[in-house]
Amino acid sequence: MNLNKILKNVFLVIIFGLVVTACATKKTVKTTDTSSSSSTTATTAKEEKAEPIKQLGSLMQGDVYIGSDTVGELASGVPDRVFFATNESILTTMSRETLRKQAAWLRQNPGVTVVVEGHADERGTREYNLALGERRANAAKDYLMTYGVSSDRIQVISYGKEKPVDSGSNPLSWSKNRRSVTVKAN
Amino acid sequence: MKNLKLLIIIFILTIFKFNYSFALVEIDITRGNLDPLPIAISPLSLDDKSKNDFKNQLNLEDLGLEISKVVENNLKNTGLFNTINREAYLQKPDIAHLKPRFEDWALIKAQALITGKVSSLTLDEKNMLKVEFRLWDVLAAKEMMALSFTTTPNNWRRVGHVISDKVYGTLTGEEGYFDTRIIYVAETGPKTQRIKKLAIMDQDGFNTKYLTLGNELVLTPRFDPTSQKVVYMSFFKNKPRVYYLDIEKGEQRVVGDFPGMTFAPRFSPDGKKIIMSLAKDGNSEIWTRDLETGIQIQLTNHPSIDTSPSYSPNGKFITFNSDRSGYQQIYVMKNDGSSVKRISFGKGIYGTPVWSPRGDLIAFTKLHKGEFYIGVMRIDGTGERLLTKNFYQEAPSWAPNGRVIIFYRETKTNEKGEGFSAKLWSIDLTGYNERLVKTETDASDPSWSSLLGN
Repeated sequence: MNLNKILKNVFLVIIFGLVVTACATKKTVKTTDTSSSSSTTATTAKEEKAEPIKQLGSLMQGDVYIGSDTVGELASGVPDRVFFATNESILTTMSRETLRKQAAWLRQNPGVTVVVEGHADERGTREYNLALGERRANAAKDYLMTYGVSSDRIQVISYGKEKPVDSGSNPLSWSKNRRSVTVKAN
Repeated sequence: MKNLKLLIIIFILTIFKFNYSFALVEIDITRGNLDPLPIAISPLSLDDKSKNDFKNQLNLEDLGLEISKVVENNLKNTGLFNTINREAYLQKPDIAHLKPRFEDWALIKAQALITGKVSSLTLDEKNMLKVEFRLWDVLAAKEMMALSFTTTPNNWRRVGHVISDKVYGTLTGEEGYFDTRIIYVAETGPKTQRIKKLAIMDQDGFNTKYLTLGNELVLTPRFDPTSQKVVYMSFFKNKPRVYYLDIEKGEQRVVGDFPGMTFAPRFSPDGKKIIMSLAKDGNSEIWTRDLETGIQIQLTNHPSIDTSPSYSPNGKFITFNSDRSGYQQIYVMKNDGSSVKRISFGKGIYGTPVWSPRGDLIAFTKLHKGEFYIGVMRIDGTGERLLTKNFYQEAPSWAPNGRVIIFYRETKTNEKGEGFSAKLWSIDLTGYNERLVKTETDASDPSWSSLLGN
């Protein structure tokens, strides 16, 4: 009888212990979950963009368009636009080269003012894309200013996803639409 | 012991059964897609003189029938009613309206019946339209509701909507949403050269009116939650700004004339303030502007994109979307900009949060693995439910009773870049009853008005 009671108590203690450990494990799992969830989100989003790269190596680097289709000229030998990665407003090496050419030309033609139009692809919500286009246009503007073009000669406007140049619904078309275009204003 | 248990169970079951058969004409709309309630909508009756009068005034052969069609279409589109074909009705409209022969209506499986009468009359030398209608519980053989009202003949479609609202309210216990309008952006032309106009129509797609000519790009019109006033964004003179428009008075003015772009506008619940984003020097922040005093207050201050703000119905909180975590997610803050808290933690990117008029849910757009979803979550971010998935869809807007969400959807183009379209769709909060909302042209950015009021 006594032994039985003792055994029972031991059991209870063991069970209690198990419950406590179970709770504890659950908790730790939960905390790691929340801390990793934002990074998972980030990777998912990145993966979404990374996919097209392989097939379109010659026209896209990362998911940034590097071809010349749709690219016009601000002046002879000066491309009018630069391209961006999905959700990004970071200028690539190629973009910076283009913008330096634009800046050089603008310095040679001090009477010219420009509008930098920022654009996004169709794979985002309208309002966010308006903000993103504005961010892209300003990235281009800032770079032009760094290379000696005064800010009062550069206006910016964002069209968000409202004015695509390519009507396709595929990664290459989208890459052509993620752009900022420098347009003569006078 | 066992027997008693069984007895109790049987007893409970009987009570439920009994309750069920007693409260016949009632609809449970919390679960959705149940057996729709069979309802007969008798054409509203007309005497010969009235029939002739309305024929002259409105060029409609049978106004009573036309009004009943408006009601039928409204109720059918909720997915909660099964409208019984008119051909099957045994009783004439005028007699049915006086006293239905309930056996005849039960025979065609109707559980509820709407009857009515329209007549023409002259009031202060003006032609008027008088409507009476009754809602009947067929199985209980009794009248549930009777109403009459008088209006101008041109309002005849609204008469149908008001009847629909009353019937829906009586049978579901919730407020209807039929006497409402939708403002949206009408789109025409190829994808790379879209022409966009502000347009407004009745909730059922009739009476479309264009409010702008299409000379400048217009986006995101939104109704004041309690009136027929609107805020929207226009690129007038290539200056992207938020505008305020009083549709009834035809007044329009700029409200977001900041240095920079103003966009993503919505009203505060009391209609006194506009909340919107201001983008300047590559950064978007959320501001409010008091319509009367012109006082502008900045609510967010973060180098990320903060946009798509939407007030809670009590005005105390604001939900918005920000990419401060690296990607677009949904946040909630107090109305003074303090206590910012991220609420979306699921996989993917979240945008366009819109607070439900009931206050308990936030509708959103989500992008995950190349697909766009419209979903809802509780205001603390829990209980996420995805209602619909597609190649591209966004911009949910709530019907005033918080039961239905309208949004727009764009199609994927083919290899040649052809086949683009943008259409309005609606879906029940339950995830059932997804429907194309008819518009004269392609359409986007819908916003649902409050009830127009009588």
